Amino acid sequence: MENEFYSDDFRIIGCEEESGEAIGRAPINYWQNGWLRFKKNKVALVSSILLGLIIAMTIIGPMISGYKMDIAALTTRNKWPSAAHWFGTDQLGRDIFTRVCVGGRVSLLIGFLGAVIVVVLGSLYGGIAAYFGGRVDTVMMRIVEILKSVPHMLVVIMISIVLNSRSIPTLLLAMTITGWCSTAQLVRSQMLQISREEYVMAARIMRVPPLTIVLKHLIPNSLSVIIVNFTFRIPGFIFGEAFLSYVGLGVQSPNTSWGALAAAASSTVLFYPYQIFFPTLMIALTMLCFTLLGDGLRDALDPKLWR
Amino acid sequence: MLKYSLKRIGYMLIVCFVVITITFFLVHLIPGDPILAMASEVPEDVRVVYMAKYGFDQPLYIQYFKFMGQLFSGNLGDSLRYPGRSVAEIIKSCAPISAQIGGISLAIGFIAGVVLGIFAAMNLNRWQDRTIMILSLIGTTLPVFVIATLVQYFLSVFWPIFPTTGWGGAEYLVLPVICMLVDPLATYARYMRSSVLDVIGQDYILTAEAKGASNFRIITRHILRNAFIPCLTMLVTSISGIVAGSFIIETVFSIPGLGRYLISAINDRDYSMVLGINVVITSFYILTVLLADILISAVDPRIRLADNKGRGKA
Repeated sequence: MENEFYSDDFRIIGCEEESGEAIGRAPINYWQNGWLRFKKNKVALVSSILLGLIIAMTIIGPMISGYKMDIAALTTRNKWPSAAHWFGTDQLGRDIFTRVCVGGRVSLLIGFLGAVIVVVLGSLYGGIAAYFGGRVDTVMMRIVEILKSVPHMLVVIMISIVLNSRSIPTLLLAMTITGWCSTAQLVRSQMLQISREEYVMAARIMRVPPLTIVLKHLIPNSLSVIIVNFTFRIPGFIFGEAFLSYVGLGVQSPNTSWGALAAAASSTVLFYPYQIFFPTLMIALTMLCFTLLGDGLRDALDPKLWR
Repeated sequence: MLKYSLKRIGYMLIVCFVVITITFFLVHLIPGDPILAMASEVPEDVRVVYMAKYGFDQPLYIQYFKFMGQLFSGNLGDSLRYPGRSVAEIIKSCAPISAQIGGISLAIGFIAGVVLGIFAAMNLNRWQDRTIMILSLIGTTLPVFVIATLVQYFLSVFWPIFPTTGWGGAEYLVLPVICMLVDPLATYARYMRSSVLDVIGQDYILTAEAKGASNFRIITRHILRNAFIPCLTMLVTSISGIVAGSFIIETVFSIPGLGRYLISAINDRDYSMVLGINVVITSFYILTVLLADILISAVDPRIRLADNKGRGKA
């Protein structure tokens, strides 16, 4: 044996007690970890930047275009996109770029607010049901199931006609009145699942008070699911508003939205296809970004998907 | 199994009852007068006579009990807008049209979507997978009325192959079906792909591989059977979506279906018509949910197990 080792080939480098206990890098919490993972996901990062640009455009767009969204100019009707009118003009000579920006405010506002309402209501309801459990849970969830059985679009149409107004709050009420149900079910099942986990059991055995368990374990661990649900719900509301605008129940002139713009332009698509192209492009881009962002957030925040 | 089914059926009847009650009061909350909606100038005495004829002069709760009584004997009443035609008659003539378009497009979309999803998952991260995923992502980002406009523009104006709007022979069916199948196609392709990927990671697939089962057998017996169950659950939601999707499609293509009748009935304050269509749509929806529940519990033994456990605790 040529490569035999003897004890004096080895040398004790030594290990100090303190350095053995030292932690190699600063500990990172859950959200920092999520951010590190999210940063590596190029698709999600690009779509969040794109979303930022879209939002910035809806805010400052009308200022840089130099046109008012509701001033008709009959000399420049139905002009194709040009240096003067970047997205062209509509039947009344209004600058489409400005209108798309202003319409975007309404669409995005409805998307955000709708998702916030639905997610907050649903989380509270689902959380309460999961926390109390037993009979309370059964009754609360039966109510949700019944509400969910009413076809969603039927409710939206009925509510917006019953309230007989086309303002943004009415639209939001119509779309959220049964919309929170699915979030409630999601949050409840997530919380029930977490409350069966070993670490919650351990906390119970250590006599941690229930409220602390809810605050320290149930809510933080459901938060990722809730955030992802929030991202996925936003496009649904933008779509719902577009649908209502098409049926004639959306925001009314002079106010506008992407859905209303696309719906109005769909009747003249044969002659002026650019009029439908830009609002639709904005809807599609926003939908795409939120979907990809949601995917990215789920990959970053769900520990079960970490590799 | 029988006990479970009976329980579901009883529950379904309660849901039906509650939903119909909610819609009844919602419809009567719609501001406006059904008689005034028909003709703008009606002498007061004529109006009173008509209100009495349809029973609108009575308190709401009496109208409600009358309506429910009629409903139990299977009578949906007469349309206010189209005198002499019963609601059931109108629904009977337009529901098959909606069902036809919705059914065909959902069937094609579901089957094609599931097949594409499996295909994408089998070719994970190769170009086939990426193409399918990008296309399906685009499919879910376009509002249905834009798709309808595009389809009309290309397939009936640019290349005049199919009629633009209307209803009649099979050629009128093509464009609406194309528009309506985009959404299920895209959704199921994405859903099935992730579902298959979930199943592939399970231990029992490894076991089957270790056992030496052939690839074909693993795919058909182990992967597909298990990956299919979540898709089946989602099919229920899609069936309810047929109604919502058809509102727009039926308007764009002027198809005399349920969705278009509903919108015009709401605008006309045609109470009995709105209620009748609502009753039909809701019962249909709840019935599909029920069938799907029973079907899924037959396919997936875990559901019955979980259900029994839950009941034991409560």
